[in-house]
Amino acid sequence: MNKQRPKHLALYLIKLPLPGIVSILHRVSGLLLFIALPLLLLMLQYSLRSIETYTELMGILAHPLSKLLLLGLLWAFLHHFCAGLRYLAIDLHWLGDLAQARNSSRAVMIVSLTLTVFAGVRLW
Amino acid sequence: MVNRVVVGAHYGLRDWLIQRISATVAALYCLALFAYLMLQPDMGYDAWTLLFSNQLMHAFTMLFLLCLYYHAWIGVRDIVMDYVKPAGVRLVIHVLVILALLLYVIWSVQILWGF
Repeated sequence: MNKQRPKHLALYLIKLPLPGIVSILHRVSGLLLFIALPLLLLMLQYSLRSIETYTELMGILAHPLSKLLLLGLLWAFLHHFCAGLRYLAIDLHWLGDLAQARNSSRAVMIVSLTLTVFAGVRLW
Repeated sequence: MVNRVVVGAHYGLRDWLIQRISATVAALYCLALFAYLMLQPDMGYDAWTLLFSNQLMHAFTMLFLLCLYYHAWIGVRDIVMDYVKPAGVRLVIHVLVILALLLYVIWSVQILWGF
């Protein structure tokens, strides 16, 4: 077999497939949630400590910038959650072939983004 | 000679399995909490603190948080092992992450039992 060498790959044509995008976003969202942990714990503390801190927290969260941050974290959570469920399904051999892998990735993106939009509408 | 890095993985199945089990526990807790909140007609400070004044809720929230921290440790460790190659830098980040998560454990106890 005589292959032509060197081989030049058309790098601009190579795209990360959807399961790959879901995978890297799973990583990104997980890291974001880890970074946000102290903030989330602080929110839990303020919400429980007293009615004063609770009211203060609600005031802070009513600010548009906090809502935006909250929505970003909510997306991270929803994506991490849905993609995680998909990985558990893969571990149980529920998703066998390429078509199922792609369809489930699409489902993860659609569900997490739709739920984020719903939450955004409810927040505002 | 076996060439093993001190800040490498454990070359085993344990963390892989813990990652899945902790994820399942955390997911179930989130779903249960979400369902409960959805069923509450008006969620204010009183209903919220009433929920968290329950001993069972304390236990399950703590379990959830511990699973979350262990899960986060394995995830962050994997990310660091993939992108940070120098052993010294990797060790420093690992130590900082572990210390942060241990502090979160103490903080969680203070939040749940101290308010």
